[in-house]
Amino acid sequence: MKLPTWFHKLGSPPHFYRLATLLTPWFYVPAVLLLLAGTYGGLVLAPADYQQGDGFRIIYVHVPSAYLSTMVYGVMAVASAIGLIWRMKLAHSVAAAAAPIGAWFTFLALVTGAIWGKPMWGTYWEWDPRLTSELILLFIYLGYISLRGAFDDRDKADRACAVLALVGVVNLPIIHYSVIWWSSIHQGPTIKKLDAPSITGDMLWPLLVMILAYTLIFAALLLQRVRAEVLDRERNARWVLDIMGAPAQGN
Amino acid sequence: MSDFLAMGGYAEYVWSTFGLTAVVLVINMVGARRRLRNSLREAGLRAARQRRQAS
Repeated sequence: MKLPTWFHKLGSPPHFYRLATLLTPWFYVPAVLLLLAGTYGGLVLAPADYQQGDGFRIIYVHVPSAYLSTMVYGVMAVASAIGLIWRMKLAHSVAAAAAPIGAWFTFLALVTGAIWGKPMWGTYWEWDPRLTSELILLFIYLGYISLRGAFDDRDKADRACAVLALVGVVNLPIIHYSVIWWSSIHQGPTIKKLDAPSITGDMLWPLLVMILAYTLIFAALLLQRVRAEVLDRERNARWVLDIMGAPAQGN
Repeated sequence: MSDFLAMGGYAEYVWSTFGLTAVVLVINMVGARRRLRNSLREAGLRAARQRRQAS
């Protein structure tokens, strides 16, 4: 399959490095503003839930983290596939940069979910499919990070990690559909939620704002981390020495 | 204000999740920045070495 020119250009490390440097603040600043707006909306403006009272407000930090935990994995898996198929080093850099961010938000989704579970379900942890598959996601991220650290040869690490990331993709539909499978066993909670009046606008907008904010902060963090990866990998490249002010060396 | 802080009896759960979220966000922001700074410093040292060798 032939790739379009813009894709090749994007895959060129110096080009991507310049673009990432330029774009980072355009993601970072709106992300922080939206985080503040969403938090204010979620904690102050949204009305209390008729069943969960003010406890439902945990949704504004739990759902965006849970969404990011799988979305980041998707980015990592797609980047890994591109890196394997087209031998694009930048794609491996993206996957490597995404892993620690994904691991942190998976951890956050698990812990905020556990704290939410205590007052609502009466327990911090239940070995139900959704919780268990999310915990497995955390282990896959941590496995990916330690596998990367186990290689001295960066190319070998890239390939091995990409294979691991692609194998781990099977966990994503399990996380997604676990609630449906779970409800067929334990019908109560899900049906109750479906029967409840749909979430009102003043409850919904802070959640959407938070999800957008998390997406933007992920983009900003990813760009910073990819820049670091690219600098490490291209340490001897002419363009890196140039932007660092090394003297020109003939050719 | 104290009503707001009480969170209808869910204070410990709401504030602990929001607090932890803030901590994890800051860790990520500081971590990414520090990672980039380290790489920039490394690259800068290399370039400086080359500059010395060239002069």
